[in-house]
Amino acid sequence: MTGAPRRIWGLMYRHLALYRRSWPRLLELTYWPVLGMCIWGFTATFLSRRLGAGAAVTVSALLGGVLLWEVCLRSQMGVTISFLEELWSRNLGHVFVSPLRPWELVAALISMSVIRMLVGVAPAIALAWGFYAFNVFALGPVLVLFFVNLMIMGWSVALAVVSMILRHGSGAEPLAWSVLFGLAPFSAVFYPINVLPAAVRPIALALPSAHVFEGMRGILLDGVIRWDHLSWAFGLNAIWLGVATMIFARQFHQARVRGALLSIGE
Amino acid sequence: MNQPPNNVIEVHGLVKRYGEVLAVDGIDFAATAGATVGLLGGNGAGKTTTIAMLLGLLLPTSGSIHVLGHDMLRDRFAALARMNFSSPYVSLPQRLTVRENLRVYGHLYNVRHTDERIAELSAELDLGALLDRPAGQLSAGQKTRVALAKSLINRPELLLLDEPTASLDPDTGDLVRGWLERYRGETGCTILLASHNMAEVERLCSHVLMMKQGRVVDRGSPQDLLDRYGRDDLEEVFLDIARDRRSASRPGVHQDTVPA
Repeated sequence: MTGAPRRIWGLMYRHLALYRRSWPRLLELTYWPVLGMCIWGFTATFLSRRLGAGAAVTVSALLGGVLLWEVCLRSQMGVTISFLEELWSRNLGHVFVSPLRPWELVAALISMSVIRMLVGVAPAIALAWGFYAFNVFALGPVLVLFFVNLMIMGWSVALAVVSMILRHGSGAEPLAWSVLFGLAPFSAVFYPINVLPAAVRPIALALPSAHVFEGMRGILLDGVIRWDHLSWAFGLNAIWLGVATMIFARQFHQARVRGALLSIGE
Repeated sequence: MNQPPNNVIEVHGLVKRYGEVLAVDGIDFAATAGATVGLLGGNGAGKTTTIAMLLGLLLPTSGSIHVLGHDMLRDRFAALARMNFSSPYVSLPQRLTVRENLRVYGHLYNVRHTDERIAELSAELDLGALLDRPAGQLSAGQKTRVALAKSLINRPELLLLDEPTASLDPDTGDLVRGWLERYRGETGCTILLASHNMAEVERLCSHVLMMKQGRVVDRGSPQDLLDRYGRDDLEEVFLDIARDRRSASRPGVHQDTVPA
């Protein structure tokens, strides 16, 4: 392996070695998805018992929403936390004076985000199947497209957050944990978009995630694959990722103008 | 402008302004292959800013920088692969072992046979007992040796060192200087060294750039500077310049190119 793939692997190796030596970090990857699934799983069990068999499909949609939202959230946090690890270890100066290109840095962060997401969500998927009789793979092959869209949206938000950290330094760190939760009400994770007030529906329709969750409910509630929503999700993701990339490129350039790559984190 | 082919560093009219603050004020210098150039000056003189611009971490307000024949404003990655940097103010990941840290940088610098290179550096810098220890558990002197190993991992043709022996005891500092001399002797590497240790500069540097308030206010070999200021050591010359105590007895040799 040489050139760009090797440099990308170099940065991934740095993070994988870190996880090998830090069990709290490894535990943290699975802790929140499993905790979330426990809470929503018991809630779903309670609702099933109160409302009877007719609620089973709705309950499935609830658990599907929990799992797929974690895919988006963990993908976003996978990029931002990996970037923050470099900042916390005061290693960015060495990374940025190596031949690693900015796009290779992003590629490494995204690759780590995929690994972190899979490690984090897999136990929650197993828990949903084993304890709450919800098999997310019953969504069929289209599940892969849902995953892809939610991951891309997570990466777009993450690039914007990393840009804010480059711009504002450590003060922007809390965005890594909080920003996606601000989009959750508009993402229609647990309810259809038409439940939202008419005034905020345009916001929901501009989010790739809202189309993914509409698509998921289409399969679980109506047995229909909503290709229209999937197409919207892909189209919007192209725009989101394009805009996020431009913001990142701009802020990276500005960081080199201001000298922030030297002082970031202080 | 045609660049002389053997100039490893070529800087012209370099300016860095942060709003109203002029951190670097139009400096010019060049260094030929094999030269060791000392960048001296008080805190805030512009040394670190100059090094950051040479590394591409910081964009100049104006001026040009060519390193190893590459324009750092347009083609910095080609040069970055052939140079390296060490500073006590930039850390390596603390939880990774020394070996893992060196492997990371072996990958980032595309070093062939990384593990063999780590073994070589381990023998040269006496890192054998440290290789499998987390970087965060090392003493200051051990960290400096590891940082030096990281900066030599790609056999750089140009080494930028920001206070490489800061906070080291005299013994370790002397060992580090010895390693740098040996590496330079074996490879013909060019070294740019920012330091507050005047004895270190006198020992290592073939040429010195004295910086003050963002400008190069004097330059020459350590002996030239001692002769011109009529002093016995560079520390006195440094103080003369920093405090405007005494001028050089004759004008400095303002040659822009630093010979090896």
